[in-house]
Amino acid sequence: MNLLLSIIAVFAIALLAWAIAASATASSVLTMYVLYLVFIVFLGGFVYRIGKWAKSPVPFRIPTTCGQEKSLPWIKNNPLENPCCNASAIGRMAGEIFLFRSLFRNSDVKMIDGRPVYGSAKWLWFFGLMFHISFLIIVLRHLRFFTEPILPCISSLSALDGFFEIGVPALYISDAALLGGLTFLFMRRVVLPQVRYISLFTDYFSLLLIAGIAVTGLLMRHFYPVDLNAIKTLVAGWLTFKSAAPGEIGVVLSMHLSFVFILIAWLPFSKLMHLGGVFLSPTRNMINNNRSERHVNPWNAPVRVHTYEEYEDEFRDKMKASGLPVEKE
Amino acid sequence: MSFAKIPKPDELINIKYSPPKTQWMNTPVDFRSGTWSYAAAAKNLTALDIPNPRAWQPSDEDWKLPENWQQIILDGMKERLEKYRSFRLFMDICVRCGACADKCHFYIGSGDPKNMPVLRAELIRSVYRRYFTTAGKCFGKLAGARDLTVDVLKEWFYYFYQCTECRRCSVFCPYGIDQAEITMIGRELLNLVGCNINWVLEPAANCFRTGNHLGIQPGGIKDMLEFLADDIEDRTGVRVEVPINKKGADIMFVTPSADYFADPGTYTCMGYLMLFHEIGLNYTFSTYASEGGNFGLFTSHDMIKRLNAKIYAEAKRLGVKWILGGECGHMWRVIHQYMDTMNGPADFLQEPVSPITGTRFENARSTKMVHIVEFTADLIRQNKLKLDSRRNQHIKLTFHDSCNTARAMGLFEEPRYIISNTCRQFYEMAEDTIREKTFCCGAGAGLGNDENLEMRMRGGMPRAMAVRDVVKKHGVNRLGCICAIDRATLTTLMDYWVPGVSVMGVHELVGNALVMKGEKERTTDLRGDEIGG
Repeated sequence: MNLLLSIIAVFAIALLAWAIAASATASSVLTMYVLYLVFIVFLGGFVYRIGKWAKSPVPFRIPTTCGQEKSLPWIKNNPLENPCCNASAIGRMAGEIFLFRSLFRNSDVKMIDGRPVYGSAKWLWFFGLMFHISFLIIVLRHLRFFTEPILPCISSLSALDGFFEIGVPALYISDAALLGGLTFLFMRRVVLPQVRYISLFTDYFSLLLIAGIAVTGLLMRHFYPVDLNAIKTLVAGWLTFKSAAPGEIGVVLSMHLSFVFILIAWLPFSKLMHLGGVFLSPTRNMINNNRSERHVNPWNAPVRVHTYEEYEDEFRDKMKASGLPVEKE
Repeated sequence: MSFAKIPKPDELINIKYSPPKTQWMNTPVDFRSGTWSYAAAAKNLTALDIPNPRAWQPSDEDWKLPENWQQIILDGMKERLEKYRSFRLFMDICVRCGACADKCHFYIGSGDPKNMPVLRAELIRSVYRRYFTTAGKCFGKLAGARDLTVDVLKEWFYYFYQCTECRRCSVFCPYGIDQAEITMIGRELLNLVGCNINWVLEPAANCFRTGNHLGIQPGGIKDMLEFLADDIEDRTGVRVEVPINKKGADIMFVTPSADYFADPGTYTCMGYLMLFHEIGLNYTFSTYASEGGNFGLFTSHDMIKRLNAKIYAEAKRLGVKWILGGECGHMWRVIHQYMDTMNGPADFLQEPVSPITGTRFENARSTKMVHIVEFTADLIRQNKLKLDSRRNQHIKLTFHDSCNTARAMGLFEEPRYIISNTCRQFYEMAEDTIREKTFCCGAGAGLGNDENLEMRMRGGMPRAMAVRDVVKKHGVNRLGCICAIDRATLTTLMDYWVPGVSVMGVHELVGNALVMKGEKERTTDLRGDEIGG
């Protein structure tokens, strides 16, 4: 049901984009105004969400420790899995963000001869990382539309990305990797009964939306070439707030832009905000120095306790009878 | 422990992992006997100022909730979203990748999809979305949102008291989402409308009044410790002293009450007493702070603080320099991650220094509380103990890392160092089941009761099977640990899945191996079993 609805939703967007492409007015609105709205929504939404998280304090220091802590000097500690100082906490976070360290631990379990056997299951890590890195490269490559002349680092990135020179224009490795990653993540969600069982509309929709962006992008590069100069002019218009009506835009470009705009506007309000949230996760970004440095809870409120005096008052006779010392005779 | 009422191991191991045909939101919880814990008695709620004390059971149709229970829960959620970044963030950023799913011992042991940490969290996330997000308010089910109904509350109760807060899922989550945090908040919310289990609240109420979970009064504590001293004298010929509530001692010693109350914890406690005697430590037990464990951790953050407050208060009253803590798992979660923040700063204590070796425990300089395996590992390292590991020759040991010391501290090497110096035959279990990947005993977080036995055996199955492997491979006959709940619950677990394996604390090994001044020739270990037998 959730899968079906998300397929319908993506097709509806495509259909809308097709209609937009057919109308010069709608095309102008999309390319001249909607993008600013999208940008404002994205920026506002992103700041709002991060602000909302940041506003909630971290009352306790609760890192999840995955290696030996720093204790006695002759015991070797593991600073990257159990941060003992700022530098090691940053190292741990870098591992999480750039290498997906925790996902790399992934294992699976099979019942063999009536006992659970744990096997390595790095595929989720591999395709997940591949998907994210290629997505990042593709976003960076698109910067070539935003600067004149094209930044040298972006040119080299593109050249490297098209290193294998398969086809004309060269197929980007990142494009293939993105599609590969998407296919794996999507198929896994559909095929594995447990993952299908937990999947919501948003889980399928985000994957399909990005797939829509990738497919329309590839179509424009390899099958229905668009006028790159026209696009560059269009983007330059965005950046200088001097957008001119582009006239007819192709159906594929219209779809590509519509998918991208929806993704950008929707991102802050969806699970894709894990992009910002991962930095704030208290179980990962905190130092495990609990016993050496006191952590302060801003709302640490007094609670009713049972004092020693109350305790002794109740048990004084029994304590005396057992020969235990008391405060008051 | 009688296993008569639950399926036999060869039946229980037939676990189906395919999810039910109905969607999870449309699959109400079934309170099948053997898989849930009895409701808390009204007197325990009253003792702890918890609202809605009444007679009820989870299997009842009517839970006798307060009229405005939904409002109470939603207000409680709002408050906690504003107080805990962990809670708010973990409500928002899960992508449902499912990496956590088969990491939960309850899922592996039951196949129930709501035991996948991701779905256990969705139970509460769905309500969060419905009342606290625009998408959930507008699109309902399409946005993964649902109304807070009595059925939802029952589901929360069943599954939040079917999570041991072990944090294993958090190790594997790419964002570090910690189901323990979510369960803790979930239980807090349930407590707001008086839905809690007796196995948690009775110990908490006892602890509040008498200072320990078991409700042992001052004289009883003294008798029990003296009894252990008698046993030590019987085994070794050495009479050890048991200082209690002694003002002016250097160190206050706090350990779980289970250590002096019941086997096999008592043997570990004998190990402590012998060690302290042998090194001439100027220490004291306390009857007011006679509990290291803290069942507040399984109730609410406020309750953690209320129960934990005794430790610093008593250390101050007795005028000790610092505090030493015994072998326990969740006790150390509280001491390591909560105590100083909640009840500190302990500026009336001194930075811990071992009076025997002069070692400064810099890692505990603020909290001023040292773990006994750190203390003993240091003694061994500095050659202050005479140990004869031959006395543990009859023991073929494997070691279970306790969830909390593993994933909330990172205490891995100290116990192993002690083991390597006291026991000659030591075999590690499979890598995926030890250290930060250790499996829970299946009965922590207050679930170690008899009525919940089937679920305990299911949840403990991954741990038990890892033990069975080393039993088959190396003939292991003893399971070591540094947790009092483990010592009680793993014993039952072994009896069910791997009969013939008994459970011990690391300081029982120390007690066996420790060569004491003036001791007689030892023919038995602390349990009275023949050495080498």
